[in-house]
Amino acid sequence: MKNLTHLDRLEAESLHIIREVAAECENPVMLYSVGKDSAVMLHLAMKAFYPSRPPFPLMHVDTTWKFREMIEFRDRKAKELGFDLLVHVNEDGVRDGVGPFSHGSAVHTDVMKTLALKQALDKYKFDAAFGGARRDEEKSRAKERIFSFRSAEHRWDPKRQRPEPWNVYNTRINQGESVRVFPLSNWTELDIWQYIRRENIEIVPLYFAAPRPVVNWNGVDIMVDDDRMPEELRSTAVTKSVRFRTLGCYPLTGAVESTAATLEDIIQEMLLTTTSERQGRVIDADQSGSMEKKKQEGYF
Amino acid sequence: MRLNDDLIESDIAAYLEKHEHKSLLRFITCGSVDDGKSTLIGRLLYDAKMIFEDQLASLESDSKKVGTQGENIDFALLVDGLTAEREQGITIDVAYRFFATEKRKFIVADTPGHEQYTRNMATGASTADVAILMVDARKGILTQTRRHSFITSLLGIRKVVLAINKMDLINYSQQAYDDIVDDFYAFADELATDLEIQPIPMSALEGVNITSKSNETDWYDGPSLMDYLETVPVGDRRLNTPFRMPVQWVNRPNLDFRGFSGQIAAGTIQPGDRVKSMPSGKQSTVQRIVTATGDLEQAIAGQSVTITLDDEIDCSRGDVLVSAEDPSEVSDQFQARLLWMSETPLLPGRRYLLKMGAKTVTATVNAPKYGIDVNTLNDVPAKTLELNQIGVTTLSLDQAIPYDPYDVNREMGGFILIDRMTNDTVGLGLVDFALRRASNIHWQAMDVDRSALAEQKGQKPAVLWFTGLSGSGKSTIANALQKLLFAQGKHTFTLDGDNVRHGLNRDLGFTDADRVENIRRVANVARLMSDAGLITLVSFISPFRSERQMARNLMADGEFIEVYVDTPLSVAEDRDVKGLYKKARAGEIKNFTGIDSPYEPPRAPELRIDTVNNSPEEAAEVILGFMREKGLLNGG
Ligand SMILES: Nc1nc2c(ncn2[C@@H]2O[C@H](COP(=O)(O)OP(=O)(O)OP(=O)(O)O)[C@@H](O)[C@H]2O)c(=O)[nH]1
Ligand SMILES: [Mg+2]
Repeated sequence: MKNLTHLDRLEAESLHIIREVAAECENPVMLYSVGKDSAVMLHLAMKAFYPSRPPFPLMHVDTTWKFREMIEFRDRKAKELGFDLLVHVNEDGVRDGVGPFSHGSAVHTDVMKTLALKQALDKYKFDAAFGGARRDEEKSRAKERIFSFRSAEHRWDPKRQRPEPWNVYNTRINQGESVRVFPLSNWTELDIWQYIRRENIEIVPLYFAAPRPVVNWNGVDIMVDDDRMPEELRSTAVTKSVRFRTLGCYPLTGAVESTAATLEDIIQEMLLTTTSERQGRVIDADQSGSMEKKKQEGYF
Repeated sequence: MRLNDDLIESDIAAYLEKHEHKSLLRFITCGSVDDGKSTLIGRLLYDAKMIFEDQLASLESDSKKVGTQGENIDFALLVDGLTAEREQGITIDVAYRFFATEKRKFIVADTPGHEQYTRNMATGASTADVAILMVDARKGILTQTRRHSFITSLLGIRKVVLAINKMDLINYSQQAYDDIVDDFYAFADELATDLEIQPIPMSALEGVNITSKSNETDWYDGPSLMDYLETVPVGDRRLNTPFRMPVQWVNRPNLDFRGFSGQIAAGTIQPGDRVKSMPSGKQSTVQRIVTATGDLEQAIAGQSVTITLDDEIDCSRGDVLVSAEDPSEVSDQFQARLLWMSETPLLPGRRYLLKMGAKTVTATVNAPKYGIDVNTLNDVPAKTLELNQIGVTTLSLDQAIPYDPYDVNREMGGFILIDRMTNDTVGLGLVDFALRRASNIHWQAMDVDRSALAEQKGQKPAVLWFTGLSGSGKSTIANALQKLLFAQGKHTFTLDGDNVRHGLNRDLGFTDADRVENIRRVANVARLMSDAGLITLVSFISPFRSERQMARNLMADGEFIEVYVDTPLSVAEDRDVKGLYKKARAGEIKNFTGIDSPYEPPRAPELRIDTVNNSPEEAAEVILGFMREKGLLNGG
């Protein structure tokens, strides 16, 4: 008898979680951020229900500042797999011209991401939303349950988390409340890459190194993805061989200099690096405990 | 992550191959508050080089700001990630951390030592193979140390590291260490016969005996903690038990395919194997084991699969596919060990939701047979279970479910209890055995059934449930209504709180638990009366929503009419017909509804009666009108 490998176990656990939501929740949605974790989550959703299709739509909260390659990838992938794709944009933010260059990372993220997500969940009345977060990403995530409850105001109360023994999940909620479900809770960054490699999962090419135009902004290299970047900044662009460890809004995502062009290269580089994956995100650096605060306020 | 493995640089593919086949160990740290659990995990992560430079930088600055170690690194801050935890210097909720060495992968849950957060500790322990039980060498075995070792053994952990920590503070004294070890062995003898205990003296702070043996304890000849964790045998004992798979989801993409999706809880399965669907007991043969990457020849415990069968047998979510040769039993009454996890104590007699595997049913939890004193492991009398208390009790379910004892299979015998009003998870339970097998009980089917009985009386049965404060006018209105119904030739009966308490419920007082039992009995009597074809008027304060809901659930659809006699407390107290409010205010009566015991008003009663602006006769007419409108006064 063949023993299950670590990845087999992680996969089985995730399929169980995804099915449990489909069976018990009335109106679930899968939040799709187009990144590598989302790619894995999507792949797992396809597997969980095969030969049926996953009985829920995908939703992307589009801040309008994502890399263009991400948007192309998103639309093509959803179509290929036959998913309903809902794209939500905070139109108030668009009208007020909110963006990272003009308003800074904090305001931009708050309005275009946190607020936008709340709007979207309220609009469609989703009672459960899958997210691709992992416990190894950040220290307050390490504390979060797989089924994580949110009040009607979308707040997370870390002191009132439900006990979650074994794999028995209490999915019941009161009117207006919702639950965020994290099927990748127990995966690490290395697990994600290994699984992508094993299952041959397609990811956005930005993860692989290529010559790209970058500028230095607030101490990190960011890519010039469109001409909304202020002219004086854009004019300082140089071409470097870079890739990205996480993907988000292009002005808020730091590039790393690299020549890693294959999955093996990427994994090797990751195993030898001395900094964490989140370091490239401009949003965390503000203060310790900032992630917990954001989550309490409704950030995913 | 900086693993010291040359393969990473020389042959990454080979490294990944090796890494993927490393075994996985899940463990927890537990023990009393401040014994050094989080510090140990932080230390392990640090020594295993799992801390990135940016994380180390913020650890150093955090340590200076909020750490407990002055200018030095406070390793606990690597795991105590919540703001409240860092402020108070304690752990509140479980942190899950992941690391790997050359030999193994680890998932560690750092659990809180504080008694208040025992439920979070249990969450972490429920999935662990090994427990590291921390003891502060200066303090020895404390109540909380015992509680945690009891809970870990209850949940089935059989491998325990007795980590005697802070040895640096007692000069690495062998004598002190030996005393604590002896102390623990004496306690552990009572705990379980098959515990494997590995004592290790250590200093989490100084890194002594953590990743390697240290000179400070040259008298100690056992392994370092990491040696132990890397080599302790782990095996999935579920593999060698009979096949079980709770059905999570029925997979029906089209008319030609009907599969049963679930995660295998025990055993192995192959196409051609005979299986039964429980609780129905219908048999069939496994046709295919379907996955997105092709059919499998065999599937084993832990895998999530989709199974198709040769026959179209009835099987839905919550049912369990089991080996036909070695099926599970089915029952609706269990004895179980319960760990209570809610600030609101267990209310014996109340109905809770019970979720086990993919099945959710309603369960009445009876009064505990006894509680367990975690210090002495003795049975102690218990009328209820409070937060973090452990006891043994029986449960009656509203339907029979398949199960195995928890000690045979965690997934088939471990359940949670959910409060039906708040939806909170309030209890964790472990099935010990069934009190009777469901196959032996038969509901006595009657030839003269309830509809015949009602028809004979020319009426439709109904239960009018009057709820409201003491002195609100429930009995007066019920009385007036009964007169009107009687005049119409209806067969009625009134159950009145005061009267029933003189007979049937003479043994019950007014504590919350007794009130629940009071209502449970009355609701069942009302149910029998409506089976007999009567229109029953129930006049009880019945202050709790969940008990009224329980009564409602007992009756047939449309037969339960909740009449909320909505008299404000001030009005009822002014009237004080029986002089009870005065006594309650004077402290002569305890647990009086509205004074020192709560009343939960109905959220959606069929009728709400305003007694300030209506006379009892007018109120009775309103109710009669409602019954007419609903067709309840027509012939049977
Ligand atoms: N001298 C000494 N101090 C230690 C050692 N281990 C931990 N401490 C200190 O003991 C205090 C409590 O440590 P924690 O790791 O937070 O304890 P804990 O068991 O996780 O506490 P809770 O999770 O709140 O139950 C801190 O100030 C640590 O620095 C040790 O081996 N030696
Ligand atoms: Mg701690």
